[in-house]
Amino acid sequence: MKRREVISIFVENQANVLTRVASLFGRRGFNIDSLTVSTTNDPEISRITVVFNGNEQSLAQIITQTRKLEVVKDIFLLEKDNSLFRELLLVKVACDKTNRSLIKEIVDIYRGRIISLSKTCMIIELTGATEKLDGFLNMLNCYDIVEVCRTGVTGISRDADVTDVSSID
Amino acid sequence: MKLSGSQIIMEVLLEHGVDTVFGYPGGAALNVYDELYKYQDKIHHVLTAHEQGASHAADGYARATGKTGVVFATSGPGATNLVTGIATAMLDSIPMIAITCNVSSNAIGRDAFQEVSITGVTLPITKHNYFVNKIEDLADAIRNAFRIANEGRKGPVLIDITKDVTDPNNLYEYKKQKPFPLTKSPTASDSQLQEIAQIMNEAKRPVIYYGGGVNASHAQKELNELIEKYDCPATYTLMGAGAVRYDNPKNLGLIGMHGSMQANIAIDNADLVIALGTRFSDRVALNPRKFAKHAGIIQIDIDESEINKNVLINYQVIGDIKEVLSSLLPLIDKTKHKDWIDECHKAHKWVDIELQGAKLRPRDIIEATCTITDKETIYVTDVGQHQMWAAQYVHHIKSENFLTSGGLGTMGYGYGAAIGAQFGQPEKRVIHFTGDGSFHMNLNECCTAVSNELPIITIIFDNKVLGMVYQWQTAFYGKRYSNTTPGRKTNYPKLAEGFGATGFEVNTLDEFKEAFSKALKINGPVWIACNILKEERVLPMIPNGGTVSDMIIK
Repeated sequence: MKRREVISIFVENQANVLTRVASLFGRRGFNIDSLTVSTTNDPEISRITVVFNGNEQSLAQIITQTRKLEVVKDIFLLEKDNSLFRELLLVKVACDKTNRSLIKEIVDIYRGRIISLSKTCMIIELTGATEKLDGFLNMLNCYDIVEVCRTGVTGISRDADVTDVSSID
Repeated sequence: MKLSGSQIIMEVLLEHGVDTVFGYPGGAALNVYDELYKYQDKIHHVLTAHEQGASHAADGYARATGKTGVVFATSGPGATNLVTGIATAMLDSIPMIAITCNVSSNAIGRDAFQEVSITGVTLPITKHNYFVNKIEDLADAIRNAFRIANEGRKGPVLIDITKDVTDPNNLYEYKKQKPFPLTKSPTASDSQLQEIAQIMNEAKRPVIYYGGGVNASHAQKELNELIEKYDCPATYTLMGAGAVRYDNPKNLGLIGMHGSMQANIAIDNADLVIALGTRFSDRVALNPRKFAKHAGIIQIDIDESEINKNVLINYQVIGDIKEVLSSLLPLIDKTKHKDWIDECHKAHKWVDIELQGAKLRPRDIIEATCTITDKETIYVTDVGQHQMWAAQYVHHIKSENFLTSGGLGTMGYGYGAAIGAQFGQPEKRVIHFTGDGSFHMNLNECCTAVSNELPIITIIFDNKVLGMVYQWQTAFYGKRYSNTTPGRKTNYPKLAEGFGATGFEVNTLDEFKEAFSKALKINGPVWIACNILKEERVLPMIPNGGTVSDMIIK
């Protein structure tokens, strides 16, 4: 059965670290939907968030193979019920005086922001869970979307302690 | 004490007890080789003909001694020539340190002469690699490399060092240290062990299936104790060969594509398979969905990523095999599985088919060799038919004395590995089995054996074809022999003589025995080219994706 999971990986903040992780995913053929990387409050540690899509067996593989990398300090699943997930969307929509306010109405409902406006187009910023962003784009579909840019999911657990990955099998 | 980077390399190698390294110098490595000159009474550098030979030598040295193999190479082509050797060590989990020298930091990234990003190239074939462009990082990078190479599941680590770091005028504070401690491998909990023991104690038709992990963990003694106490038949992968004596009646022989009928049928009929330090590769579990289809599977391995990778298993223990078996043994009932063992042996034993017109047969060559040599002899193989024949017919081996490229299947592995093994074990006889295909890949290393007066005996199974591929073309490709009949006219005795070695060519078993007894008395490398028929096949055989019912026996 296919599962969609968000995996958090703490890695040493050094040159090539993203290559090491990405190269492993590539050569082992792991299916991922998105990958984000950023620094953390500890300057020596970076955090990679991966959205995984696949079966139980490949989930176990992605975790155990990644954990073997020397640069990986910790890897764990973010439990859906106990974590918060956000994604940032920037979308450029062609618009003119006839439909500008109609689009703004949708943006307001989704609590997005118009961060750039010209006579012919606008750029909208929206943050939220993946489903919310999907829904918003769906609503915008009847307008002329010029460009879309999404950061991919990042996530954090609500509790101080995180789930151990050994519980997945 | 302030030392240059080159001196730091030597000192850290000495911290780890290294006294032999293999390699080849070059422009970017000049500083390091200048230091090797000064340390020559402490560290013996073996110069090979080619960096690939050096990398296989470091691997063979590691396998034959249990120590970490070390290989040096210069930048660019020197470094890329190591790649096959590093990958060979990776696939067979052999501890190896490759030290490559790169161009100066200020030239990095500018496509300088002989510049290549070897850390990028070796990323997928090392456990880890380091790019060192600051002298302050050097000592710890090498210490960490030794730790990583030997920790958990072993493997190769590469350290690439820029030339400015090894500059004799670039000094940095050095303090002697002990090797970094290895992170302890996970241990099995009592409840886990009890659960496994209960399952084992209840099984009626258990089979132990073990691989290279048993040798890596030095768990041969515990494995044999388990086999005796549990009274359980056992089968092994190519990498596990030698851990159990061949004449032990519970030893069913090799498993997999060219394994014995008894072993493959036993796995098929078992109700419990206990997999020890092995990874259900596609040469063993040829059809992963049908492998051990009537059995529950217990897997004990140090590498948790091997669990459920190829074949779904039922019970797992992550840990060092020696430790796990030591804790498990007291929980196992002293059992008798006599009927089951008898049944395993009753499985139709494969009988070698006499090939019409054959004057010299591969099996006879191997058996004659093993009869004449002593039990401490190291056998090194290349890859192909001769390798499988060696696995099937070399019977009095110890696990550390059978050196073969199991995972990567590297043709050309043998000569370099034999040289490394001979340096690691100067008192032992080293026999190198090869085919005419494999041998042509790296026979240039003969010059290394000559320079160092290494009495390695190379036995060439010369069928004038690339035999294993030829066999597949015969069986599965309608006898369309695409590029497997090279038409070479190599005169082995003359070529050996040209290298300063000795060569024989033989056509019968008597001629072979005579040449072999002469070879034993020669203080230097000897080649014995054995003319065999190209129709000789490796049998039995289960084709890719097949099961025991698809076994080809004639």
